[in-house]
Amino acid sequence: MSVQKESSNIIRLAHGAGGILQEELIKFIIKDITIKKISNGIGVEELDDGATIPLKDYNQEIVITTDGHTVYPIFFPGGDLGSLSVCGTVNDLIMMGAEPIAITSVIIIEEGFKFDILEKIINSFNLKAKEANIAIIAGDTKVMPHGSLNEIIMATTGIGIKDKQIKILDNGLKIGDKVIITGSIGDHGTAIMASREGLNITTDLISDLGFLLEINNALKDEIKNNYIHAMKDPTRGGIAGSLNDWAKKSNMGIFIEEEKIPIKKQVKAICDMLGLDPYNIASEGRALLSVDSKFADIILQKIKSTQIGKGAEIIGEVKAENSKKVLLKTIVGGTRFIDMPLGELIPRIC
Amino acid sequence: MEIPGTELLKSKIFTEKIIKAINRIIKDLNPPIKIMHVCGTHEHTISKYGLRSLLPKELEVLSGPGCPVCVCPAADIDKAIELGKRDDTIITTFGDMIRVPATNISLAELKAKGGDIRIVYSPHDAVKIAEANPDKEVIFFAIGFETTVPLIGYEIQSKPPSNFSVICAHKLIPAALELLISQSQLKIDGFISPGHVSTIIGLKPFKLFSNAYRVPNVIAGFEPNDVLLAILMLLKQKKEKRYETLNEYSRVVKPEGNKKAQEIISNVFESISSPWRGIGRILDGGLKIKKEYVEYDADKKFDIDIEKSQDIPPGCSCHLVMIGKLYPYECKLFRKECTPINPIGPCMVSMEGTCSIYFKYYKEDYIK
Repeated sequence: MSVQKESSNIIRLAHGAGGILQEELIKFIIKDITIKKISNGIGVEELDDGATIPLKDYNQEIVITTDGHTVYPIFFPGGDLGSLSVCGTVNDLIMMGAEPIAITSVIIIEEGFKFDILEKIINSFNLKAKEANIAIIAGDTKVMPHGSLNEIIMATTGIGIKDKQIKILDNGLKIGDKVIITGSIGDHGTAIMASREGLNITTDLISDLGFLLEINNALKDEIKNNYIHAMKDPTRGGIAGSLNDWAKKSNMGIFIEEEKIPIKKQVKAICDMLGLDPYNIASEGRALLSVDSKFADIILQKIKSTQIGKGAEIIGEVKAENSKKVLLKTIVGGTRFIDMPLGELIPRIC
Repeated sequence: MEIPGTELLKSKIFTEKIIKAINRIIKDLNPPIKIMHVCGTHEHTISKYGLRSLLPKELEVLSGPGCPVCVCPAADIDKAIELGKRDDTIITTFGDMIRVPATNISLAELKAKGGDIRIVYSPHDAVKIAEANPDKEVIFFAIGFETTVPLIGYEIQSKPPSNFSVICAHKLIPAALELLISQSQLKIDGFISPGHVSTIIGLKPFKLFSNAYRVPNVIAGFEPNDVLLAILMLLKQKKEKRYETLNEYSRVVKPEGNKKAQEIISNVFESISSPWRGIGRILDGGLKIKKEYVEYDADKKFDIDIEKSQDIPPGCSCHLVMIGKLYPYECKLFRKECTPINPIGPCMVSMEGTCSIYFKYYKEDYIK
C-alpha cells in the first residue's frame, strides 16, 4: 500500500515519546557512528542515561550526559523550561551514580520572543544550577526566523564525576532484586497535560520536577558498595518505558504489584479522563532503583528520610522467568503485561 | 469519577470470592464454556485487570463486535472522505473515527492533505460549527451504538440549520447478538451485554433475544468485579438451564431503559438491514433517518458515488477477530505491519478495538 510506505518515511511525534519508536529513531541515528565509546567506558550504544570517560591512572571517571528540552507551556505548574533543563540533566548524571559538577547550555530562540520571558527562564536555570551546586561553564545561543521553531528550546550537557568501581547501569539487574520507586508516578506529564489550553481542567496537581541529589547523598554507602544495581528516572515513556528497558537490557523478568505503586488521585482521574495510561506518563523528580534484596528495607528507609523520596515504595522484584518482560499483578489479583509504550501522543513535555 | 460505594467493584477480596464460586460451578458444566461480550469497554476491563489469568482454563471469554468505530463499513467512511474532498464542506465526527483506514485512505490522511475534518465531543458541537459557518456544508459522520444515537436524534429533531446534515452509520447491538448466536462454529454459552447500551434500550430487547435463542445473557457494568459477577451469573444460569437476561448493572440500568431517549430514537430513525464492517449485512442491524427528517440525511442530500469499497485489506483478519473466531495474535499482521501507530485494520485503531487492546496488554505467549 502506497499510503503505508509514505507514512513510514515520516518522523512522527511518537518517535520522540520514549517508546519503541523512539528507540528505532535513535538506532537509526547512531548506526553509522565510527567511534562509539572511549576505551572501556560507557558509550552511545549503551543507550543509558549518560556516558563515561575513564581517566587513565585515576580511580575516577568523568560522566557526561546531553539533553534537549522543549516544553509547552513553557511555564507549567511546578516549574518552567529553565528549571526543567537543569533538573533533567543533573538527574541523568545522578542516575549513573555520579556527582554533578557542571553544565553547559544552548538556547535556540524564535524571532519575536520576549526578553522578559527569556529572563525568567534564565533566572530559574541559574537558580536551579546554584541549588545543585554546579557551575555553568559554557553555552551558545541562536535565533531562528519567526515560524521556524515554536518559541524556545534548550539543550544542555551535564558533567559529573564518579568512582570507576561504581556500576549503576540499565543492564545491572540481578535475580531477587527489589524494585523501588521514590514517589508517586506521572505527576509531571499529567500536570502539564492538565494545564494545556482547551482542557479546562482545574487541579492542584503540580509537576514533581526536582533534583534526585538528596537520594544519592542518602545512599552514598550503598552506591559505593554496589548494593544499587540500577537507577533510572522514568521521564518520557514513564515507568513502563524504564522497566521494559531494564528487563530487556538485563535479560530479566520484572514483577510489579499494582497496589504498591504510589499514584495520586488527580493523576489517576486525569489519565482516566484523557484515556492515558499513567504507567506511560513522565515524571521529572522520581527514580526507579533495582537494589540488592538484603538491603532493600534499609535503602527504602533512607530514601523515605529525604524530602523528595518520602513517598518511596518497594513495588516489585526481579526474577529469572519471563525474561525481558514486565508483568503486573493488578489490584484485583490478575496478571497482565506492562508493555514498552509505543509512544503516547503527548508532545513537548520535557 | 467513582460513585461512592463502588470500591467493592475493584476489591480483591470480592474478586477472590467470585473466582472461587466460578471455579466451583465450572466443575458441574461441560467444558469448554465460551462466553462472549460485545463491548470494547468490557474487553478493556478484562485485559487491563488481567481477568483472564484468574479464570479457569475451561472457560473462554471471547471478544465480540463491540467497538463502534470497528464495525463501521469502509463504504461509509469512503462517503465521508468523498464529501470531505469538496471545498465547501466540513466533516465532523468523534475522535477515533478519523484514524480508521477505509478503502484507500482515512479521514486523518485527508485532513493532512488539507481537508477540513474536525473532531467533536458531541453532535451539538457539530451543529454549532454549522451555525458559525453558514457558507459551508457541515456533515456529522454519526457512528456508534444505541448509546450515541439519542444525542444525534435530539439535534436532528431540534431542527438544526439547513447546512447541517448527518451520515447515519449507527448500528444496533441486539441484532448483532442474533447473528453471533447463529454462527454454529462459535457455540456461545452466554453473552455479557453492554451496560451503556442497556441504559438506553432497557432489558426488553435482550430478554426477547435470550428467550428466542435459549441463551443466557447478563447486562454488566465496567469495573472488574462487574464483569466477573456477570460471568458467574451466566454460569449459574447455564447450570440451572435457565435462559434469561439478568441485570448485573442495576445501579445504572433501569429495566425499562431511558424512555425519553427511546422516544427520540423512534421519532427520528427507523431500523434497517445494515452492513457491519467485515461481518456482513445484519437484519435490523442499523438505523436510517426517517423521511420526515430527510433534509438532514447526507445520503439523500448529496449525490455520493462510492465505486467499490474494501472493508478488510489483504492479510488483515479483523473480520474474524470481531466475531471471536480468531485472537488478534493469530493474525499474521499483528504487531508486525499492523500497530496502533500504523493500523491496517479497523480493530487496531481505537482503545476499544480488540487488536489494539491485545497489543497493549498481552504477549503472544502469555494469554491465560
